Amino acid sequence: MAEQNTGQHDGLAGDAGERRPTVIADDLHIVYRVNGAKTGKGSATAALSRILKRGEERGVRKVHAVRGVSFVAYRGEAIGLIGSNGSGKSTLLRAIAGLLPAERGKVYTDGQPSLLGVNAALMNDLTGERNIILGGLAMGMSREQIKERYQDIVDFSGINEKGDFITLPMRTYSSGMAARLRFSIAAAKDHDVLMIDEALATGDRKFQKRSEERIRELRKEAGTVFLVSHNNKSIRDTCNRVLWLERGELRMDGPTEEVLKEYEKFTGK
Amino acid sequence: MSETTHDGTVAVTAAPSPDEGLTAAELAAKYGLSVSGARPSLVEYVRQLWGRRHFILAFSQAKLTAQYSQAKLGQLWQVATPLLNAAVYFFIFGLILHASRGMSRDVYIPFLVTGVFVFTFTQSSLMSGVRAISGNLGLVRALHFPRAALPVSFSLQQLQQLLFSMIVLFVVAIGFGSYPGPAWLLIVPVLALQFLFNTGLALIVARMGAKTPDLAQLMPFILRTWMYASGVMFSIPVMLRGKPHWIATLLQWNPAAIYMDLMRFALIDGYGAENLPDHVWAAAGGWAALFAVGGFVYFWKAEERYGRG
Repeated sequence: MAEQNTGQHDGLAGDAGERRPTVIADDLHIVYRVNGAKTGKGSATAALSRILKRGEERGVRKVHAVRGVSFVAYRGEAIGLIGSNGSGKSTLLRAIAGLLPAERGKVYTDGQPSLLGVNAALMNDLTGERNIILGGLAMGMSREQIKERYQDIVDFSGINEKGDFITLPMRTYSSGMAARLRFSIAAAKDHDVLMIDEALATGDRKFQKRSEERIRELRKEAGTVFLVSHNNKSIRDTCNRVLWLERGELRMDGPTEEVLKEYEKFTGK
Repeated sequence: MSETTHDGTVAVTAAPSPDEGLTAAELAAKYGLSVSGARPSLVEYVRQLWGRRHFILAFSQAKLTAQYSQAKLGQLWQVATPLLNAAVYFFIFGLILHASRGMSRDVYIPFLVTGVFVFTFTQSSLMSGVRAISGNLGLVRALHFPRAALPVSFSLQQLQQLLFSMIVLFVVAIGFGSYPGPAWLLIVPVLALQFLFNTGLALIVARMGAKTPDLAQLMPFILRTWMYASGVMFSIPVMLRGKPHWIATLLQWNPAAIYMDLMRFALIDGYGAENLPDHVWAAAGGWAALFAVGGFVYFWKAEERYGRG
């Protein structure tokens, strides 16, 4: 696995002459609107007075999560996103995926970027088996593709290592088992631009190693990989470029080592 | 904006690039990149939705199964719930309030049960439609698919639920002397038209509910008013005898009443064409086409905005 990985790095360096952009963010702003959080008092009378004082979006609080971020990502890059909690990393990923509408600015992408996350489509009351099919369909795989990869997904998740759990409802799984199944389903698809949001932290150590391997594989198939993580080690292992976000602004953008050094100085590690 | 881009990318590769100095839009155009999250054209949107038909069906079936999976009797509740519902309405309106008003028992009980089931179909499609986007924000924010898949899927779930109820309905009809005949075949077009109408309505309220989630709180009251105005438990012309004629006509022409009356006409032997308003099939088709097409376009118009806030 590791050899293949370095081999790919060399290939990338060789391609540097012809660099194709895959994602361009141009002065991107994302604003969340939260209902009923304006006055701090959630009482009925406060809500009523908000309705009566009709005006431009009264009673709606705005959260400016991403403020004017611009960057260009190229084919073959693995980009880490770092920053403290609430700095806008996950929001930025969703905006790149086109899942959150931009307030101002634009994101241009090559093909359809996909977020490695299928949790929301799965249902706890259904068996693991049906969840694999449902999750696969939700990600846009065809029934044939799912059938083809079904066994791989089950084997990768290791759900059946301790008996026939795949035919039981997901609510009966331990939290680790459920997380492993979710990751296995999400990682079963090939992507052009792949975005991973702290997925590496799931499962036991054996499974973590397996998923890191799978992510390297996905990187080879994908044009560009984005990885959000608080684990500097997994960023170092997988990324060659890092974007550092702080309070929704791009604080630094550069090679992994340079940015991580500054970031570690900043966080006082 | 440009400093960060330049600082960063130049640091990664020192080689000067021919793309230097291009604005983001020019660079995007040069390499054929498209704006992420832009709304597709209507034709493209229909194509995408059709491409997701397996997901829509699987999602609706999954929801249906998940509904009763914790109950001991399991999927038996699919049939038992509508049966209990009909029993309650029969107890109140048939035995206590005598809402039958001259209808024989053999007609009134299937009449009531049909009304309850057919109206429930529209009612629950609307209730799940209004939460289709606002209640599934996690899904909308995590995965890419035409958002219309959600309201359509929820309507499809209700259609499958109704098919279970139809089993009960057939048993009730046969039990009160209405036997299967060629007229029963009319059930299929009636259900198809009502499904189209419900889906269109679900798409409309899904968009409204996505912007104003409060609508979900208001919906039960609107639905109850609609139910009592549609003649679920009583015959509209009989109940409004002596009142100005236009009121009865207006109530009979509302889509819920139309679909209920058509279903009763198809199923019940003693419920003849004299109970139907004029041009009833045209009305049934017209409502279905108007809402299905109008609702779909209305929903599509806001496609890129779902999931915000």
